[in-house]
Amino acid sequence: MKLEILKELNAERAARRPVIIVTDTANGDQRLVKAADIATDPLRAELSKQLRMGKSGNVEVAGKKLFLNVYAPTAKLVIIGAVHISQALAPLARSLDYDVTVVDPRTAFASPERFPDVPLVAEWPDVALPPLNVDHYTAFVAVTHDPKIDDPALLHAFDRDCFYIGALGSRKTHAKRAERLRAQGAKDSDIARIHAPIGLDIGAVSPSEIAVAIMAEITAQLRLPPKEKEEAA
Amino acid sequence: MLNRDEDILQAAETWQKQGHGVALATVVETWGSAPRPAGSSLVINDDGTFLGSVSGGCVEGAVVTEALDVIASGQPKMLEFGVADETAWNVGLSCGGTIRVFVEKVG
Repeated sequence: MKLEILKELNAERAARRPVIIVTDTANGDQRLVKAADIATDPLRAELSKQLRMGKSGNVEVAGKKLFLNVYAPTAKLVIIGAVHISQALAPLARSLDYDVTVVDPRTAFASPERFPDVPLVAEWPDVALPPLNVDHYTAFVAVTHDPKIDDPALLHAFDRDCFYIGALGSRKTHAKRAERLRAQGAKDSDIARIHAPIGLDIGAVSPSEIAVAIMAEITAQLRLPPKEKEEAA
Repeated sequence: MLNRDEDILQAAETWQKQGHGVALATVVETWGSAPRPAGSSLVINDDGTFLGSVSGGCVEGAVVTEALDVIASGQPKMLEFGVADETAWNVGLSCGGTIRVFVEKVG
């Protein structure tokens, strides 16, 4: 690997931008493809598939065996609300390799006794969220049921282009939330990105089951190609 | 996504800047119950110091030896490791899988 490629790879990784290194394993020829350049790459179909799956693998193109090594950022999960569902959701998400942070300004909820080993930020979203570097590789879940906490957090998630945004509440609750968010400047396209009611419809009842429904929906959003995603929604 | 490798690529860059010869070994293909998936890597410098893993420990010694050759020659190599052959005392994977490892010089 040429030093220039290694330097560029490390810079992109530090900026949490995905990169694929394409290596001709017969002769060591190599190039780096940034996520932003995949759409115009001759290997765009293969590259976008590998990136979506987050898996490195081999392809054969024009008689050449190429190894596509995918470097994608670790996914984060930000949970707004240190509630009962979050106590089940945080460990489940960690077992799926997400970096999890729980935010709730109510210190009675955001206590280490309730969330052993999970990073907790007992601050309001305007203070808690900026240092978390919420980005596209972040799933964002608002489950406090309290508009004072959930609403500003959701506005932050829209700004940061999170790959998944979900909010707890019935259809009725969500309609009211949509009105409030619009009044605060959210676009219809932003509101359409909120998964609410949250989670895949699997008839979940207990907090743990709701956590499974939420992680299933996040996984689908992460892994399914865009068309199948619409069908699953 | 969900790649939790420690930051060995940063170490490769640092070693290179310090004037070390450096090689990068990457798992490019696996069959059966291989312990580390494709894309897992190991970096080695000319002291024989290495970071990361390609097999969870079974064949790292052999990879490091080959990597020192690659650092000296500059020519990339493809290595293949299969099930341990007890009679020949070859290095191998006790788990019964097979892996191919691409070793290349950095710089």
